[in-house]
Amino acid sequence: MSNFKEGSDSEDFGIDYAPAVESTSLLNIKEKYGLFINGDFLDTSSSKFFKTLDPSTEKPLAEITEASAADVDKAVKAARNAYEKYWMNMSGAVRARYLFRIARHLQERSREFAVLETLDGGKPIKESRDVDLPLAAAHFFYHAGWADKLEYAFPQRKIEPHGVVGQIIPWNFPLLMASWKLAPALACGNTVVLKPAETTPLTALLLAEVIQDVDLPPGVINIVTGAGETGSALVEHPNVDKLAFTGSTEVGKLIQRSAVKRNLPLTLELGGKAPHVIFEDAALDQAIEGVINGIFFNQGHVCCAGSRLLVQESIAEHFIDRLQKRIDLLRVGNPLDKNTDIGAINSKSQLERIDKLVNAGIEEGAEVYKPSCSLPENGYWYPPTVLTGVQQSHRVAREEIFGPVLVVQTFRTPEEALEKANNTPYGLSAGIWTEKGSLIHWMAERMRAGVIWANTFNKFDPTSPFGGYKESGFGREGGMHGLAPYLKTKRKRK
Amino acid sequence: MTGNIPIAKTYKLFINGSFPRSESGRTFSVVDSQGELIANVSQASRKDLREAVRAARSAQNAWASRTAYNRGQILYRVAEMIESRKVEFSELLKSFGVNSRTATREVEESIQRWVWYAGWSDKYSQILGSVNPVSGPYFNFTVPEPTGVVGIIPPKEPSMLGLISRLVPVIVSGNTAVVVSEGHSSLTAVTIAEVLATSDVPPGVVNILTGDQADLLPWIVGHLDVNAVDISGINQDQDLTVLEEAASNVKRLISREIDEESLELITDFLEMKTVWHPIGR
Repeated sequence: MSNFKEGSDSEDFGIDYAPAVESTSLLNIKEKYGLFINGDFLDTSSSKFFKTLDPSTEKPLAEITEASAADVDKAVKAARNAYEKYWMNMSGAVRARYLFRIARHLQERSREFAVLETLDGGKPIKESRDVDLPLAAAHFFYHAGWADKLEYAFPQRKIEPHGVVGQIIPWNFPLLMASWKLAPALACGNTVVLKPAETTPLTALLLAEVIQDVDLPPGVINIVTGAGETGSALVEHPNVDKLAFTGSTEVGKLIQRSAVKRNLPLTLELGGKAPHVIFEDAALDQAIEGVINGIFFNQGHVCCAGSRLLVQESIAEHFIDRLQKRIDLLRVGNPLDKNTDIGAINSKSQLERIDKLVNAGIEEGAEVYKPSCSLPENGYWYPPTVLTGVQQSHRVAREEIFGPVLVVQTFRTPEEALEKANNTPYGLSAGIWTEKGSLIHWMAERMRAGVIWANTFNKFDPTSPFGGYKESGFGREGGMHGLAPYLKTKRKRK
Repeated sequence: MTGNIPIAKTYKLFINGSFPRSESGRTFSVVDSQGELIANVSQASRKDLREAVRAARSAQNAWASRTAYNRGQILYRVAEMIESRKVEFSELLKSFGVNSRTATREVEESIQRWVWYAGWSDKYSQILGSVNPVSGPYFNFTVPEPTGVVGIIPPKEPSMLGLISRLVPVIVSGNTAVVVSEGHSSLTAVTIAEVLATSDVPPGVVNILTGDQADLLPWIVGHLDVNAVDISGINQDQDLTVLEEAASNVKRLISREIDEESLELITDFLEMKTVWHPIGR
């Protein structure tokens, strides 16, 4: 592990962490994966395949079937059949039992899932172990409990499921996003065709094994792997009753274009460019940690990442200096090492996108700070990066980078902070750090974003609704509010 | 003696609290159920729409910043204003061929809409918001906030109840509105504008354009400073591909039964905001 980063402070003390690499021996990755339709993995003899890689080594992990339009049709038919034959007529209490079972199996096999998630996606094992897996299980638990209590969430309303739901999820939190999508859809009585992202299909396919193990009726969850064309076949399919998408604003807009003409129910959870506002009276030690977590969590592959730091001018120099010292201590490297803070960039194309945008920032006049850490030779890596001297008009201040790159701007008054914070077409999340309670509420009330973290950042919970304003999408996931998109609600006629 | 020659009303647009003519200079004629000309009405252009959106955007923050109690009072005041003009409204509806009993009922129900939603102004947050029991030492709550600027394509019939049923649930929460009315229902719309102009609704909160809905639809659906459009009144035979432009800024498109009265109609034009704060010493 000598080619991985050694923190400068630890050098000062002359100590370093010994590698603590999680073993992959408990994994049982198959050579080839078929589509998961109607409770079974389909035969792969006539499949067209694509490879999924370990982004930290570029080594292929498995061959994955690319679902054609005909395959998607088969999955939708299986979901329809399961809806009509089993799921529609099952009591909420029975649906709940299945969701509870899935939650338990995820907990029981969480180590296996966490290692696989890290291997396939490149995120640090400490994050997949401590965040992705516990939250994924919690989402199934939370929604399991709703399945037989929905009428309490919608008093005086007649509610019914949509039927077959098409769901497309991104590569940044593969299993967690699958659970955010599947749990409420199933709790509300829908059946699902789920398309995982092409670079991270493995945990969804392992989840398919869990689905078999818990005896979920065949066809209630179908998993079709593939890239854009597979997703497009699902979006355009005439027998899908509702669509839910998490991913880029660019693709979200294409999906909305397709859905509006058919008046098809849709929820979108899209990109962000979250302002992270630090006032001069903030508790600085905590704020520094919050900013670090806000942008470098999951390599910055987070739609709600605190990617735009707005720091009050009076403390800016001091704050940025301390921030840089803290960044020097971040350990970039082997995602399976339990000491790793920043893992691998998810894919080559994402690495190129980050690089291109940062270069655009430098060309437009930004100053760049990167710690002098060495990066592994193979795999996709990007060091934690801070851009200062950024103007509001710069691309790096406006476009979502989706990588470990923090853009810094300053402000003098709360009004100016607010103006800059809201100067974006996005509106997913925002952060505020101050010790003044009334200022927190003043800012929180005025920032146009769906999730506001005050004196904390990047916290998630199944009971807490998540979703965006403006071009960050519509609809909520989690909490009581996350149920509504998966039900048709009508007024009970008097 | 001039008593035999009534003074006819000029029907103009309602933008930012004033009644301008269309910048295009165009008008369209509206006839009564007997085919007699009632009025030449201003036909709003794309530029008028832009002005109306600008007015709605400028008014939005201040309207949303009013207390819920105050917005409720203002909405209730509108009901009072219509109450005193009941005869005028039912005469107008009758001129379109609505029978006397139906016209009276439509006016009564329209007034009741304002009263019903006025009462919601300081209650929907309590019904729709929540405190969320997250598994950690955090205070976490969710509150509804207005979506912003909302375009409304109201149904042509019933001309009064249809427009009011779409408009009031939009503005009660602090959204501002741009309404596009068409044909004879434009006369009702402009008469409602006169009520609003003499009530306490601040300028720009409601803007009413009269003209061709199908003509203006692509521009309102594609406008980057409009956050949501209620398309409940659009003609279902028309080419729906124009709705695609809603995606240019991920606009919320809402379509509902035309004359219902419900909390969902308020919810359609709200965004849920969730706030986290640590609990500690």
